[in-house]
Amino acid sequence: MTDTGSREIVLTGIDASPGICIGKAYLVDIEGVDVVKKYFISEDDVQDEIKRFKSAVNKAKQQLLTIITNAPEELRDHTYILETHKVLLKDKMLYGKTIETIKNEKVNAEWALKKVVSDVKSMFKNMSDSYLKERATDIVYVSDHIMRNLVGAETKKIADIDKRVILVANDLSPAEASQINLERIKGFVTDRGGKASHTSIIARTLEIPAVMGLGNATNIIKNDDLIIIDGTVGTVIIHPTEETLLESGVRGAKYEELKAAITRDSHIQAETADGFQLKVMGNIELPEEVVSVIDYGGDGIGLYRTEFQYLSSPSLPNEYELFDKYKDVVEVIAPKPVTIRTLDINGDKAFSNNPDYVEANPALGLRAIRYCLKNPDVFRTQLRAILRAAAFGNVRILIPMISSYEEVIETKRILDEVADALDKEGTLFNRDVELGIMIEVPSAVIIADVLAGEVDFFSLGTNDLIQYSLAIDRGNRHVAHLYHSLHPAIIRMIKRVADVVRDKEIKLFMCGEMAADPINLPILLGLGIDELSMNPQSIPAVKSMIRALKVEDARAFMKDVFKQNTASGVEELVRGTFGSILSAKVYAR
Amino acid sequence: MTELSRDVIVINELGLHARSAAKIAEIARKANYNVWIIKDTKKVDASSILDILTLECAKGSKITLKIDDQSDLEILNNTVRQFETGFGELS
Repeated sequence: MTDTGSREIVLTGIDASPGICIGKAYLVDIEGVDVVKKYFISEDDVQDEIKRFKSAVNKAKQQLLTIITNAPEELRDHTYILETHKVLLKDKMLYGKTIETIKNEKVNAEWALKKVVSDVKSMFKNMSDSYLKERATDIVYVSDHIMRNLVGAETKKIADIDKRVILVANDLSPAEASQINLERIKGFVTDRGGKASHTSIIARTLEIPAVMGLGNATNIIKNDDLIIIDGTVGTVIIHPTEETLLESGVRGAKYEELKAAITRDSHIQAETADGFQLKVMGNIELPEEVVSVIDYGGDGIGLYRTEFQYLSSPSLPNEYELFDKYKDVVEVIAPKPVTIRTLDINGDKAFSNNPDYVEANPALGLRAIRYCLKNPDVFRTQLRAILRAAAFGNVRILIPMISSYEEVIETKRILDEVADALDKEGTLFNRDVELGIMIEVPSAVIIADVLAGEVDFFSLGTNDLIQYSLAIDRGNRHVAHLYHSLHPAIIRMIKRVADVVRDKEIKLFMCGEMAADPINLPILLGLGIDELSMNPQSIPAVKSMIRALKVEDARAFMKDVFKQNTASGVEELVRGTFGSILSAKVYAR
Repeated sequence: MTELSRDVIVINELGLHARSAAKIAEIARKANYNVWIIKDTKKVDASSILDILTLECAKGSKITLKIDDQSDLEILNNTVRQFETGFGELS
């Protein structure tokens, strides 16, 4: 029953979880918590009042436990926030202070709790760290829970809803969102909350659409109103017209279709419409991230950043610690390749005990391979660990920040030395690993022909290459807008490298952010990159974009690209030529 | 006499946030006497998540863990281990 008498209203909020759904609104509200009465109690009643408070807390604990136990399988990883809430219930600043207040001021438990919570809240609201400021919300969730038990108010029984509806609430706590039954709840909208809240994480995990931070949706939407929520763009449409309904139905179906196709196809090799295969790999920093590369259908690890182990402990990691982590990664994803990039940090700065040690210009300082060659012992330890891990799968070594021929030669000499030593010791290792270098310094682009003879592959590190070539610090907001991946200079540099690679018959990879943006794909394909590596979440969209393109078209398209004088000219050209493919694919992300 | 305090560095990405603070508090609540976390000049009770959060410990912060009594050595060691392993968030 469409509400034909009412006008269509569109509300805009935060796109908390993508997807589109149409359904009837179901308002859930919190009762009896906003108004708290204050009354005094006699000395004799203090113990009883404390007991009443304690039992409300215990009940809240039980309720949380039940929610944790009953949470759907897919939410298991997110129930930790409820575990935290459980511990918070008995925090002395909340629990202890409330009991103290009841005792000292002889007031009822509700009032004591309210007073304590408002003190704690204001303390957190005044903190400088935005994460901690947000924690005030957790305290409110926890105290609301106790308060509802104290006043005997009905809790929002989300688990009991027996109709197919869209939830509308002022706010949903993670505990409440965890009770969502996917067979009943199509999606939800809230007045409060944002993209980084736990509730929105839960929505994305459950893959239901959600729009949050609407401000006053609960005042505008009535029970049983027909509403459309579009979590992809963050809108809620109340009393939609027939036309809007039809349009949203189509959009929703299209979204589902694309999502299904992407998930279904992400584990299949990406092949262009004219049969050219392109490997799409994942970048990782922690060994645990391998799992998401596998989940998103990555063809291997195109960039394993190894800095974390060096930065996370006060002393340098030893060979065994490094080997242990590398082996984990290599084994899990074998036989697919793992490209291990050797240490890429400003070592002296990171490890020096002298905090006053400052380089005037760290981006141009003693970092990456420069640091490793200056500290060959540190470098050897890492290379030994890598060669040993290579015995357990498919490993490639990638050297960062190469700017000269000598650096490559010196690196190869040390690598040989390390392999000889391992061989003499009789340690299990594999010397048969491909060696590659990052092309991220302009000088490496210019002498690419010289370097190509010494290595098995090049990997374009576009983030640094763009920064060094355009002389732009992306962290500097005065110049950040000048940073463009599609700058004609960058495209020409990649072309130069690609030409060398083809000539010398080595391989060309790309592992910067440029590889993850679908808009760059026609150009990367046209230039002849063999392998792209990116954050794991981007893999499905990139694969799906590749399937929609033809290498033949992309190569022909490059002629027009080289006629463009500006980055914006290139971008307009890409959008003009591949716009229809792009809009469909970007939308699906 | 065994040392009753240990220095540790916060290595997890988010610093001492709610989840890691909850782990510390759960351990500290089992102690016989007080367990303290000291950062710069501030000293807080390790059994309170909220107290811990007020220290605003970002990644890389150096803090001192301290117990009041020998009998809680196991608690101290256990807490230090939590810090060293990044509260199990890394593995």
